[in-house]
Amino acid sequence: MLEINNLHVDLEDEDKTILKGVTLSVEPGSVHAIMGPNGSGKSTLSYVLAGRDGYKVTQGGATLEGRDILDMETEERAAAGLFLAFQYPVEIPGVGNMTFLRTALNSQRKARGEKEMSATDFLKMVREKARTLKIDADMLKRPVNVGFSGGEKKRNEILQMAVLEPQMCILDETDSGLDVDAMKLVADGVNALRDGKRAFLVITHYQRLLNHIKPDVVHIMANGRIIKTGGPELALEVEENGYADILEEVA
Amino acid sequence: MALDDPRVSATEERLATMEVPDVGCTARAREAALGRVRAMGLPQARDEYWKYTRPDTLIQPQAPAAAVFEDDEPPVFDGGDRLKIVFVDGIFDPDRSDDLSLEGVEIDRLEDVCCTKEHWAEDLYGTLEARGQTPVARPLAALNTAYAGDGVTIRVTGKPSKPINLIYMHVDEAADVFLHHVVRVESGAVATILENGPAAARFNKCIEIDIADGGTLHHVRAQGRDHQRRAVTHLFARLGAESVFKSFSLTVNGVLTRNECVVEFLGDGGIAHIAGACVGDGDFLHDDTVFVTHDAVGCESRQVFKKVLRNGARGVFQGKILVKSGAQKTDGYQISQSLMLDDDSEFDAKPELEIYADDVACSHGSTSGAIDEDALFYLRARGVPHGIATDLLTLAFLAEAVEEVEDVTLREELVARLDAWLTRRRD
Repeated sequence: MLEINNLHVDLEDEDKTILKGVTLSVEPGSVHAIMGPNGSGKSTLSYVLAGRDGYKVTQGGATLEGRDILDMETEERAAAGLFLAFQYPVEIPGVGNMTFLRTALNSQRKARGEKEMSATDFLKMVREKARTLKIDADMLKRPVNVGFSGGEKKRNEILQMAVLEPQMCILDETDSGLDVDAMKLVADGVNALRDGKRAFLVITHYQRLLNHIKPDVVHIMANGRIIKTGGPELALEVEENGYADILEEVA
Repeated sequence: MALDDPRVSATEERLATMEVPDVGCTARAREAALGRVRAMGLPQARDEYWKYTRPDTLIQPQAPAAAVFEDDEPPVFDGGDRLKIVFVDGIFDPDRSDDLSLEGVEIDRLEDVCCTKEHWAEDLYGTLEARGQTPVARPLAALNTAYAGDGVTIRVTGKPSKPINLIYMHVDEAADVFLHHVVRVESGAVATILENGPAAARFNKCIEIDIADGGTLHHVRAQGRDHQRRAVTHLFARLGAESVFKSFSLTVNGVLTRNECVVEFLGDGGIAHIAGACVGDGDFLHDDTVFVTHDAVGCESRQVFKKVLRNGARGVFQGKILVKSGAQKTDGYQISQSLMLDDDSEFDAKPELEIYADDVACSHGSTSGAIDEDALFYLRARGVPHGIATDLLTLAFLAEAVEEVEDVTLREELVARLDAWLTRRRD
């Protein structure tokens, strides 16, 4: 599904290297987790994959279902099936949540040469998906993320994921700022989207989200590299002992 | 003033080309207005109040020609039922207009303001304009009072069932037009006045609005799509106690537009909201010059102006809130913002507060910025192409101003116009 090969990334405006050769292969239907201390490059990896400005790929590459995504515009990557759930979802005053969702969905469909969804079908579909995420009609009507609590913003991210039905979902610290109940709700939303084909890359500091979204593979990232890869037990080890032991072990 | 004073010579040069028309019973008001024009002189480029907008093409004897725009959109406000009053190149056209009788309102042409019949507008014509000349001179408004050849008087006595729509058609590419309307909203009466159309190559319009205690007036205008047209408009509003006045202007295109708005609260508890949204591309200058005077207790005023500028377009905002001593509990708000879609555009803002009362809440703000990169990335990350995402954010920027229009249908129509304008320019 997602192949990242020896990816090296610099900051565009500073002489600073963030990713120093990341290699990763996420198979269809699987859940991979990336854990690591602050500043290890986890969020940079997600931004580079999604196409945010400000980064320069100096070496290596990334493909989604065999297609080179680093050459694509951000919106083309989304239409190709890549989705990034933001750590800090952006507030957009003046743009209604429904308008946003519908424009996004139909833009992607158009880009893929598919028929746009009618307003009625769209409304029905969104309402149904919103209900399972406990997103009420008022939240759908309001401007995108404006006045939303931290939990509401993250639920809104998952709603977008459910509506857009991407093949490859990257969740960037989706658990940050969530209480236990909200985390459960978000995790249930993600789990409902697991269909054997769709793949997930879950970026997190803590193991607790992984109690709810069970990973198949866990990677530990530090200083711009993946330093250790293992099964779910690796996440438990981090929870128990912190990153220090692992960092020492590979040093 | 010496005769070789450029202001005097420019003024006399302009006046020499025109004759004061004999319309209705307005001769005395016109004579007084002409006196004001001569005393003030027409604006010059060095005047403080014309620092950002060059007045030369507005005062020169000959109006610069403006090609008539082939408008491919249906006229704005066409969707709803309204009483149409049509002017073609500044002359009332009875054939294109509806019958002027409507329950709850008395509408006359300016020429019907007749001394023998003691018309209500006789004492109002030029009066609010004259009041509005201090503390800031507005000579082009006095020029209008002196020379306006046509216009209507609208007296709202009840709650007319539909809006009154003043439509300004532009046919002759040299049309140099003065129109002057007088509006009186009686106590407890409620009405909506719509204005649309480019009107002329050079349009000088003045509207005087007197709202009695407890009266309400909604005013929404769209200034036409002609690219080369010039317009200088003045709106003078005097508000009685507990009255409400809400005005919104949409401007797309036009090489030069200066909308002056002068509002005065004379009774306690009045509300005035003045808002505007404009979008300019290339050879475009849009100037909102607003002066709100609080001279009563507990009044609320709001100014919301948003400008979208690209390809060297220019925006100007000069807005003032004056709170006189004794105007306690004043709630004054003013925001002027520009969204610049490239590096070539320019926005000049001069927000002013002058407060002589000690128990008031007044705030003002002005910003200039580009499209929010974070929001743009967020939209694109969801698959919205760059051009559409930029337009969505541009409409979102304008939304705060457009939302000042209370009527949902009108609001949607205005948004649709803005959306179409942006779509035509999408990469």
